[in-house]
Amino acid sequence: MLHKFTFRHGVHPPELKELTEHVRIRRMPYPDEVVLPLRQHTGNPARSIVRAGDRVERGDKVATADGFISAPVHASAAGIVEEVGIWPHPDGTYSTAVRIKVDPYSAQVARPRLVPEWEGLTTAEIRQAVQDAGVVGLGGAAFPTHVKLAPPKDKKIEILIINGCECEPYLTTDHRTMVEYPQRVQLGIRIMMRCLGVDRTMIGIEKNKPDAIETLQATLPTDLNVTVHPLTVKYPQGAEKMLIEALTGKEVPSGKLPLDAGVVVQNVASVGTIAEVFETGLPLVERIVTVTGHGICNPSNLIVPVGTRLRDLLAMCGGMTDDAFEIVFGGPMMGAAQPNLDVPILKGTTGVVVLTEAQCKRVQSYSCIKCGHCLDACPVFLNPQLLGSLAKAERWEEMEASHLMDCMLCGCCSYACPSNIPLSQLFQLAKAALRKRKAA
Amino acid sequence: MTTRNLLITASPHLGSRDATPTIMWSVVASLIPVVGAAIYYFGPSAVLVLGAASAGAILTEWAFGPKGALQDGSAAITGILLGLVLPPGLPMWMAFLGGVFSIGFGKLIFGGLGQNIFNPALLGRAFLQAAFPVALTTWPALGGEWWSLRGDNFALPLMSATTPDALTGATPLGLMKFEQVTTANTDLIMGSIGGSLGETSGIIIVLCGLYLALRNHLNWRIPVSILLTVAVFSGGLHLLDPARYPSAVFMLFSGGLMLGAVYMATDMVTSPVTNRGCWVFGFGIGFLVVVIRLWGGLPEGVMYAILLMNAMVPFINRATQPRVFGTRLKEAKGVGS
Repeated sequence: MLHKFTFRHGVHPPELKELTEHVRIRRMPYPDEVVLPLRQHTGNPARSIVRAGDRVERGDKVATADGFISAPVHASAAGIVEEVGIWPHPDGTYSTAVRIKVDPYSAQVARPRLVPEWEGLTTAEIRQAVQDAGVVGLGGAAFPTHVKLAPPKDKKIEILIINGCECEPYLTTDHRTMVEYPQRVQLGIRIMMRCLGVDRTMIGIEKNKPDAIETLQATLPTDLNVTVHPLTVKYPQGAEKMLIEALTGKEVPSGKLPLDAGVVVQNVASVGTIAEVFETGLPLVERIVTVTGHGICNPSNLIVPVGTRLRDLLAMCGGMTDDAFEIVFGGPMMGAAQPNLDVPILKGTTGVVVLTEAQCKRVQSYSCIKCGHCLDACPVFLNPQLLGSLAKAERWEEMEASHLMDCMLCGCCSYACPSNIPLSQLFQLAKAALRKRKAA
Repeated sequence: MTTRNLLITASPHLGSRDATPTIMWSVVASLIPVVGAAIYYFGPSAVLVLGAASAGAILTEWAFGPKGALQDGSAAITGILLGLVLPPGLPMWMAFLGGVFSIGFGKLIFGGLGQNIFNPALLGRAFLQAAFPVALTTWPALGGEWWSLRGDNFALPLMSATTPDALTGATPLGLMKFEQVTTANTDLIMGSIGGSLGETSGIIIVLCGLYLALRNHLNWRIPVSILLTVAVFSGGLHLLDPARYPSAVFMLFSGGLMLGAVYMATDMVTSPVTNRGCWVFGFGIGFLVVVIRLWGGLPEGVMYAILLMNAMVPFINRATQPRVFGTRLKEAKGVGS
């Protein structure tokens, strides 16, 4: 099949991956306390089933899934439940969270396996096991994985796409996963292909990770149709729709899901996690996090218990430098700035990036000079210049008519704007305002 | 534990380094060779006219513009570009007045940077042409001493201008239109011809434009589209009737076409935002230039062609919106099958 190696438009931010791309993944020691918010995934928050004073072991369920599009939460360390109460959440709000005082004398080893062996299970049982293990997408949006494994019967899935682009600057979580755990990625692909009933898988990896491309190429299963595709280094190559276009040439229809183009996309770390829970028998209680940025003393790739507080994680990496200025969960293009060092690492936290003062110095904003650079940057072909001027006048409905809802807030327009107009930020506001107005 | 202030902003947290003032000042820098050529061909008069026009533009921006607006460099560009489209012998006070009008009525009255519809420098020239038609069409002959003035640059405001010392000449387009005399191509390309300060060396302007295009500070589609249109349209006419219509090379390198195509039409504020729109915009300008030059009453039409197309930009933008990703796929397939 003929395919392009990238999508059209996009931007080229500095990659900045050199800080951690060759740093081996280390396991972080257990912190004194872990905080497990009930809202860590897309869909209904989990429901707590423990009370203050309860003793929990590592891997015990502390909150159960509330409905189909939901996932349970498990204790990431053995200890005593201190409180089930509200706690700062990385999205800037508060959420109910289970706070566990970690038992410093516990061996933190797995007891008899909590997740069954996958061989011999029916696809329905595999999906159930995946949900029970609390597996969600680790690429950021944290969509429950078992839902992806159960596409509606009327949609024919032809291709499984594995997303190893990691196009955000600085982050190396997926990169290191591919280099150090290729077998897990391949097993995860095998399980997903079985569940989805597809016979073709394409792995897309940006060319700036030659060692990952080589490793996955070398470990490809011989009995399955799985191929590795090096892609042009460009942001946002890892956005679902852009990746699908680059690999298959198909455009996902506006307002529809990849399912509608006959494709399921799964992030490489998430696919590895599917394999991991079946391999270890433990539910999703830890994940790989890149702690990086020019504002952190020892940039690292760490295996972190879910619920580790930001404060403890930064201390693990030697603390912040004197000119550290902004802490971002996720990558610098789409991540969320954190106002509070007590927020916990979630299942969907790909990285922690500490930026320096020089990098995010507040720059003056100028009038729009209609240069059109934002139109050249927008990967979904919107007109951010027009949308921006409508947003400043709070003309939300007209923005919706100009396809605001197709905007995925990738930030390319803001990045490209020479006048430093906060376009993407205005679009976030506009989307929120429209949601509010519809709800009312 | 020490306290620490953390920045909280919405994503993205990184930005490109290409700021609006950087773009503007790099345009100013790219104009240095063009200004140099003007001074080489027209001597001290070039310095006086360019200086007066720039002073008018910059002082107006400083006096009436928003605070700190001078730093963005856009007033300097307007002043220099206005100076470049004026005749070398123009009295300085007229050039100064043109600069004041360019910024005051061409830009500030619309709300400042980014809000204006028409290219300010060209609007200033259109004003001067309407107010002082004789002074704006008096071209000094080439030759003579380098340091001699090319006209009465020091004439006082509103006094009748004294007869210029230098002999008056004509531009290649004027010669073509009114006397059916053509000019040698090498003179046109190198710039040893009569005309406005910036109408001289086409080759220098092309090189400066290449520099800006490589830095992505101008949309290359606009000059390419203008020049292609002029070349094809006038070249075709020349083939039909070589006696009546001049060659494509003459059309490309005479008058203000190069300066207009590279520096005036590409003004980001007054050109379309879409790439397809830029092709349409350039085609319109090229077409109008040929029509005005060959069949209109004026020898030169670049200024009016660009101003007319400036007025069309909102329509062009609306008609050339890009197809949003994942929309109209079915219709597109229907057309194909």
